[in-house]
Amino acid sequence: MSDLNIAMSWLGGLAIAAPLALVLFLGIASLLDRRLTESATTKAIRAAIGIGLLACLGVLVLMLISGKRHVVVVLGRWVETEDFHVTVKFVFDRLSVPFALLSFVLSGTIASFAERYMHREAGYNRFFVLYAVFLLGMIVASLSGTIETLFLGWELVGLSSALLVAFYQERLGPARNGLWIWSVYRVSDAALLLAAVVLHHMTGRGDFHRLLGEAAWPEGQASATGTEAFVVGLLLLIAAAGKSGLIPFCGWLPRAMEGPTPSSAVFYGALSVHLGAFLLLRVSPLIDCSPALGAVLVVLGLATAGLAYLIGRVQTDIKAILSFASLSQVGVIVAEIGLGFRYLALVHLLGHACLRTLQFIRAPSLLHDYHGLENALGKHLTHAPPPFLRWAKPDTLARIYRFAFERAYLDSFLLTCFVLPFVRVFRRCDELERAWTGWLQGNRSGAEDESKTPSLGMEEVT
Amino acid sequence: MIVLPLPWLEAAILLALVGSLAVNRVRNLDRAWRWGVALTGLVFVCASAASLGFLLQTPEATYPEWNLQTILFGRPYLGLDELNAPLLPAVALLHFLTALATARTRMRSFSLTWSLSAEAFHLAKFACKEPLVLVVLLTLGAVLPLVELINRRRPARVYVLHMSLFVALLWLGTLLPSGTPAAIVLLAAVLIRCGVVPFHCWITDWFEQASLGIALLYVIPLSGVYAAIRLVLPIAPDWLLSGLGLLSLTTAFYAASMGLVQRDLRRFFAYFFLSHASLVLVGLQLHTTVSLTGALSLWFAVLLSLGGFGLVLRAVESRFGWLSPRQHRGLYEHSPMLAVSFLLTGLASIGFPGTLGFVAADLLVEGASGVHLFVGLAVIATATLNGIAILRVYLLLFTGARHTSSVSLNITPRERLVVLTLSAFILGGGLFPQPGISSRERAAEAILEVRKDHLVGERGASAPRSAGHP
Repeated sequence: MSDLNIAMSWLGGLAIAAPLALVLFLGIASLLDRRLTESATTKAIRAAIGIGLLACLGVLVLMLISGKRHVVVVLGRWVETEDFHVTVKFVFDRLSVPFALLSFVLSGTIASFAERYMHREAGYNRFFVLYAVFLLGMIVASLSGTIETLFLGWELVGLSSALLVAFYQERLGPARNGLWIWSVYRVSDAALLLAAVVLHHMTGRGDFHRLLGEAAWPEGQASATGTEAFVVGLLLLIAAAGKSGLIPFCGWLPRAMEGPTPSSAVFYGALSVHLGAFLLLRVSPLIDCSPALGAVLVVLGLATAGLAYLIGRVQTDIKAILSFASLSQVGVIVAEIGLGFRYLALVHLLGHACLRTLQFIRAPSLLHDYHGLENALGKHLTHAPPPFLRWAKPDTLARIYRFAFERAYLDSFLLTCFVLPFVRVFRRCDELERAWTGWLQGNRSGAEDESKTPSLGMEEVT
Repeated sequence: MIVLPLPWLEAAILLALVGSLAVNRVRNLDRAWRWGVALTGLVFVCASAASLGFLLQTPEATYPEWNLQTILFGRPYLGLDELNAPLLPAVALLHFLTALATARTRMRSFSLTWSLSAEAFHLAKFACKEPLVLVVLLTLGAVLPLVELINRRRPARVYVLHMSLFVALLWLGTLLPSGTPAAIVLLAAVLIRCGVVPFHCWITDWFEQASLGIALLYVIPLSGVYAAIRLVLPIAPDWLLSGLGLLSLTTAFYAASMGLVQRDLRRFFAYFFLSHASLVLVGLQLHTTVSLTGALSLWFAVLLSLGGFGLVLRAVESRFGWLSPRQHRGLYEHSPMLAVSFLLTGLASIGFPGTLGFVAADLLVEGASGVHLFVGLAVIATATLNGIAILRVYLLLFTGARHTSSVSLNITPRERLVVLTLSAFILGGGLFPQPGISSRERAAEAILEVRKDHLVGERGASAPRSAGHP
């Protein structure tokens, strides 16, 4: 191995090790109940992000010098048995390096913002522990070279996001929304895990290059047949839809705005919401194998973009408006991926994430900005309806408004078609079991106790 | 490193048995607790030394005349192998940590005599490879919960009905000549002991009637799974194991779904446990090296993660009473450490990445999917539901309007020690899983070897008979 390769491997390892060390430092201190001061936490975060960012930049520079477009850093076999193994492998290429750099830059920006925003907040330490877990998850997911490592990062991002939504835990709304988001993420995780299993069956390993070809992204040639590509791609699409809030999962996005503004900005405005699109970009050679899959992506992306635009128009708080604006762009990015415009989608993703982060962190001072703008113009800002709705009659407009206001009834659809029937069926089973146990005990107290319980309230599951 | 070649295993079992009698005579609760903790700690040291001796290949025959079992019974009935060597210290650790974490308010309801007796039976069961002795130990072990229920003056009919059937089938299967009928009967017994649907109601009832610590110690070690490996797996034909798999898979999914809708904390834990125990059985029935390695690893992860999760629930219950997660309780501010421990042990139970159960769950899914993709799908669906259930209960217990209390409800130093010990195992095993997985792989290979030998022997025996047929 040449010196350049060794240097790239070390720097690549350092880019992963820095956020991992941050998680261990903050996490172990919390477990041992050693309260870190705000300045110690800040210094640790700055150091970890700085080292990680520099290491990632170092890899990029060395890649440019050596002309290599695909650097693989293998940290070793994590688990190895005769018929099963998991390799810890990270890939630095034209997709992962920009995304990892973006994650470090935006996370660093938001960390600086959050230091002041969260100053003397009761959950300061909790926020930054979850923030560190999120950062680690993002870096691992962006640089992953196997589907197992991707899954590891994916899960860390999901858990930290759900817990950050529930950050203001004395209010019920954030807790319920956190649960909703976690449930959507778990479905998405299940789809990703199933895709990993199918991938293992197809290639014998979870390595991306086995499925997507040895060539550097995006020139890889997938080794799957059209049907195989469609099945795996569809599972990955479900995973991406859950993570990026595509139809039918878009209901979680405004719910995520219950969290602190810094986390909303970095997670749902910039990074987390793009993770689904990133996954689709990573497996884009697979999409080339199945035109049907590409068509599904285009339709889903455009439908999500259109719907998010409509819903965003009727929102009344700035964070919700921004989240749907973000979603409409993610929809367009997904459509671009479906159409095969890889670089366009990547550039769109990077630019959009930066713009949206800026908008989110300006959100708390929106009214101030508005007043400044109106003072400068010397008149009130106008709010004209979109051009294509000017022809619509008032009752049609009202219907469209209602449709958008109810967020296309997607949450109600998921609730009434899946959640409530599930809960009712198993609550009934529970009653029957209690009655059966009561009968075996020689009394019916168990069944009677349960019959006195209140019926299922919507607030319990929403 | 050499472990002193002493009869550590026998010492651990005898210490637990004698200790239970000694603690029974101490009337002062504080003194009894101190004795109990010291004794369970010593048992853990002995069990660890025995296990370490096996793993480091300390020659057993160095001092054959010192073998207590040979002196007493003429030959050794209990011994260590790849399967049980890591299980014994894990069970002993669970007993030690349970005793250590017992709050002063719980000392009256948690019987250390019972705990030490149960520990002796668990260690003996897990060290036993002789089918008949194992059946005797399983039968005697089934009596212990009855003692607890009678002592607490709680209804015992559900437990007695199920366990009577279990014991009857166990003995019937043992007395029948080895073959498919015996395997069917033994499998039925194992299904009851493991709480497979529709024989699962005794587990929810047991959790509702017994003290939580005792309920945990009886079910968490998964004696039923051990019985399945020693008694059923070697002799059961493939089609019978497929039946076991189908029932276990149904139970795993059903229990996960039931756990998700529970409004009672203990019932939630019972279903959550049941779902995991059934997943271990699913891995057994697939009888491939990967699935069996996954199942055995999951078993170990369940012991520590779910055991730890149960202890955290017990700590929560000792502060706030019998909780019903119908509404948000807002307990976080009182005991953030308990909240973190709840989440850590709960997520480790579902195989969250970076924890002990992750690779085990991955292996199980891989093994299950290798047999049939839909089996893998069902395992993933079960894990998904369990994951949602954990966060649901976490949010219901620890978020919401702050619970008001005039006294500190924070974690005690002893509880912190327990939590940190478990965290070290959960995270250490999660970050460095290879030693554990290698050990479980060797155990899986040994189990499959025994099964193969038995099936080859059976075919060899039936060959001359079938040759006689026209």
